Amino acid sequence: MTEQQSQGPARKHGGDTDLHRRQRGKNLAVLATLVAFIVIIYVVAMVRMSGGTFP
Amino acid sequence: MTDSVIAPEIMDSQAGSGTVRDYVALLKPRVMSLVVFSGVAGMVVAPGHLHPVLALVAVLCIALASGAAGAINMWYDRDIDAMMDRTAQRPIPQGLVPADEALAFGVILTIASVTLMGLALNWVAAGLLALASGFYIFIYTMWLKRRTPQNIVIGGAAGAFPPMIGWAAVTGDVSVASIVLFALIFFWTPPHFWALAIFRKLDYQHAGVPMLPVVAGERETKKQMLIYTLLLLPIAISPYFLGIGGLTYLAGSIILGVAFVAFAVQVLRSDDHKPAKRMFAFSILYLFLLFAILIGEHLAV
Repeated sequence: MTEQQSQGPARKHGGDTDLHRRQRGKNLAVLATLVAFIVIIYVVAMVRMSGGTFP
Repeated sequence: MTDSVIAPEIMDSQAGSGTVRDYVALLKPRVMSLVVFSGVAGMVVAPGHLHPVLALVAVLCIALASGAAGAINMWYDRDIDAMMDRTAQRPIPQGLVPADEALAFGVILTIASVTLMGLALNWVAAGLLALASGFYIFIYTMWLKRRTPQNIVIGGAAGAFPPMIGWAAVTGDVSVASIVLFALIFFWTPPHFWALAIFRKLDYQHAGVPMLPVVAGERETKKQMLIYTLLLLPIAISPYFLGIGGLTYLAGSIILGVAFVAFAVQVLRSDDHKPAKRMFAFSILYLFLLFAILIGEHLAV
């Protein structure tokens, strides 16, 4: 397989180059961080509304 | 002088090829661990109780703000980091993370952690967290570090805030006891950093950072280190007299304090760098053990 053939499909689908893999990893990390932040805010709000005392 | 510096165009051509791990490296995880540990100590010894979730959030905020300040420090110091062996492998000088992304990363995390601390715990703790971050970034990194050999003496205050922040997260105030915990780290910082600066002197010299061994010489630095370890002795013992440390802490702080002084004497009497390396390693153990005893005593009660 030539270099051009091996790179062709990756470029077409835009998902298999090393740079794209790293970028996808970073995007997923940002997503996970945002979801975690939302969950923390929700849990903190519940705790604060319940008086913030030990269960 | 610039032979080891990575040219800006090379940095730009590689920029953005970093992984999540490189962004984690921007947070200085090893520094963060000691910061978090001392913050937890402040929370544990403070009078009062916190809901476990809120305690976890407070720890998270301290960790994130500490890491964020580290990222902004790496952004600002990227030129000298590239010149020093100890820091040349960091993500920005390696061209793995673009400098502006590191800055944005640090600023966003700082704002998020301070806001979360204020909303979840209280605004005294959040204010102290913001003060510590601001002190580290503006006073230490941008103002003092490249201008004066007293950089880490004054700038060391930034690293001394975590137990005070932990304390404030529980009580919502600043007390004499929390100021003593602050003073403990404040007086511990100069001998800790100068031990490192002695055996990394050439690095700092090469980068033009006026650390005390570079400016005043090793002999003067070693004298100052001994003075600070002596000053630290009564400060480290005082938590016992303020009622936040027990007899185990008293014994531990005396033994560890005397050992720290002994290391400083060894460094002063030696002409090579081995005692300074040993003292640097011991200084980390010293602070870790002191806070571990404090935490252990309070959890055992």
